[in-house]
Amino acid sequence: MNKNLYDLVGLVVAVCFILALKGLSSPKSARRGNWIGAFGAFAATEVVFYSPGQTGNHKWLIIGAIAFGVIVGVPAARKIQMTQMPQLVALFNGVGGGAAALVAIVEYLKLGTDASMADVVASVFTVIVGCVSFSGSVVTFLKLQEIMTTRPVVFPGGRFVIAATLVGVLGSGEWVIHSLGTTPLLVVAGLSLLFGILFVLPVGGADVPIVISLLNAFTGLTVAASGYVLQATVLIVAGTLVGASGTILTRLMAAAMGRSLFGTLFGAFTAKPQAAVEGGEARSVKSGSPDDVAILLNYAQRVVIVPGFGLAVAQAQHTVREIADLLAAKGIDVAYGIHPVAGRMPGHMNVLLAEANVPYEQLVEMEEINPTFPQTDVVLVVGANDVVNPAAKTTPGCPIYGMPILDVSSAGNVIFLKRSMRPGFAGIENELLYEPKTTLLFGDAKESLTKVVSALKAL
Amino acid sequence: MSNGLALLSIFVLSIFIGFEVVSKVSTTLHTPLMSGANAIHGVILVGAITVADRATSNLQLALAIVAVVLATINMVGGFVVTDRMLEMFKGKPRVKKEAEGVDAE
Repeated sequence: MNKNLYDLVGLVVAVCFILALKGLSSPKSARRGNWIGAFGAFAATEVVFYSPGQTGNHKWLIIGAIAFGVIVGVPAARKIQMTQMPQLVALFNGVGGGAAALVAIVEYLKLGTDASMADVVASVFTVIVGCVSFSGSVVTFLKLQEIMTTRPVVFPGGRFVIAATLVGVLGSGEWVIHSLGTTPLLVVAGLSLLFGILFVLPVGGADVPIVISLLNAFTGLTVAASGYVLQATVLIVAGTLVGASGTILTRLMAAAMGRSLFGTLFGAFTAKPQAAVEGGEARSVKSGSPDDVAILLNYAQRVVIVPGFGLAVAQAQHTVREIADLLAAKGIDVAYGIHPVAGRMPGHMNVLLAEANVPYEQLVEMEEINPTFPQTDVVLVVGANDVVNPAAKTTPGCPIYGMPILDVSSAGNVIFLKRSMRPGFAGIENELLYEPKTTLLFGDAKESLTKVVSALKAL
Repeated sequence: MSNGLALLSIFVLSIFIGFEVVSKVSTTLHTPLMSGANAIHGVILVGAITVADRATSNLQLALAIVAVVLATINMVGGFVVTDRMLEMFKGKPRVKKEAEGVDAE
């Protein structure tokens, strides 16, 4: 293929990616935007086989590898439960970072001694950030999948180990640039993998989405850097777009959670391993029956439902909607209070409730619903905990301190549907559970709600 | 070094576009946007194919092929999962329109 034509296709691909991100920013055009992006990526992959420098060596091996990747990736994306989608995104991001690091390593092996400084620096940068993104994403995956603890993992002297690892990474990077050797590069890769793990371990469960978004931006930058080494414009544009938009998105997410990015990433360094339960067992809570809950709801004028991840795990979206419909039929004002990070990621709850066909108008964002809680008679908290935990306001130093919360304590009554007294994802005790206005209904969210539905119908 | 400078210009301009394009986005779309952006950087597949094509040793080829597999998973899986997420939003504008229609009557 003629070089000009090839570059022209590259330009079209770049425009596709810009339109994709633009489209994804607005609900109406989001799906189309995603398809435009997919088309661009497909076109870029297709034409690279005809690019001017292409030798055609190993062509079938490459195509086979792509086919294998499709066989692994598509079913994973198709079959994943929507509740587990954040960890899948984390994993996809990780393998992308890993791919960028491998590309940089191979390219570095071929650079030879006459390589330009810029190429070597860009390669080393890609290896470092790609490896951090890979191992960091794997740790976020393990946290979200709850294979490992979701609490911040802090060990004595942890921050010195992290600082030392970072110095090691940068030092060995410098060593590569001076020696152009293979061993130093492997040292860089190894230390970067270690740094990625250490970097994510102290992050608390509730802050994990911010880290995923940040690592996503990192991967974007590595793609851009490898594009520089390979002289591939498409990679530079795509990588930089993702890097820049990912940075903005990370800041938006952090703002939605009322966290400074710095605090999120480094806050856990200063936090003590949380003494989560301080004499919690000895204190009494008021637990109620489904009938009590139904009566409370039935005589309310305004009910706000606060859904959390527990609702999604129990697949109780449809039952919640049934209750909302029943109450609405009785002339009760019903709304859903959606915390920006309800679920596991910003916007995750909207996806889950949309799946249950909850009318869009009933989903009210936090800033709009908070002033209405004093006029609300009953708040029904279904499988949420951290997003209504007053400790975010009252306990400086706790992992969620500073996060804006749904102010449910200003409502008349609060009903918690919980599986147990176990603390939420962030691992912090919730004072609200012990307040006199709070009623707890223990059990699986779906079973409890089904009982409430029949109790409501009987009234 | 004019080629390097051209690439640098593309890099800098892309930063501004990236900032500009997503500066206003509702929290509802944060997750799909992150996932979509995630899929876009799967285009590292292009780089992986390029280095696999030019590999001069078995080690290079092996590493590059692993990169091709990983990049494909990132790209294809990313777009598919984003589409699945967005599919669930499709009912919304219609529902809203219906509600407005009822009000108008």
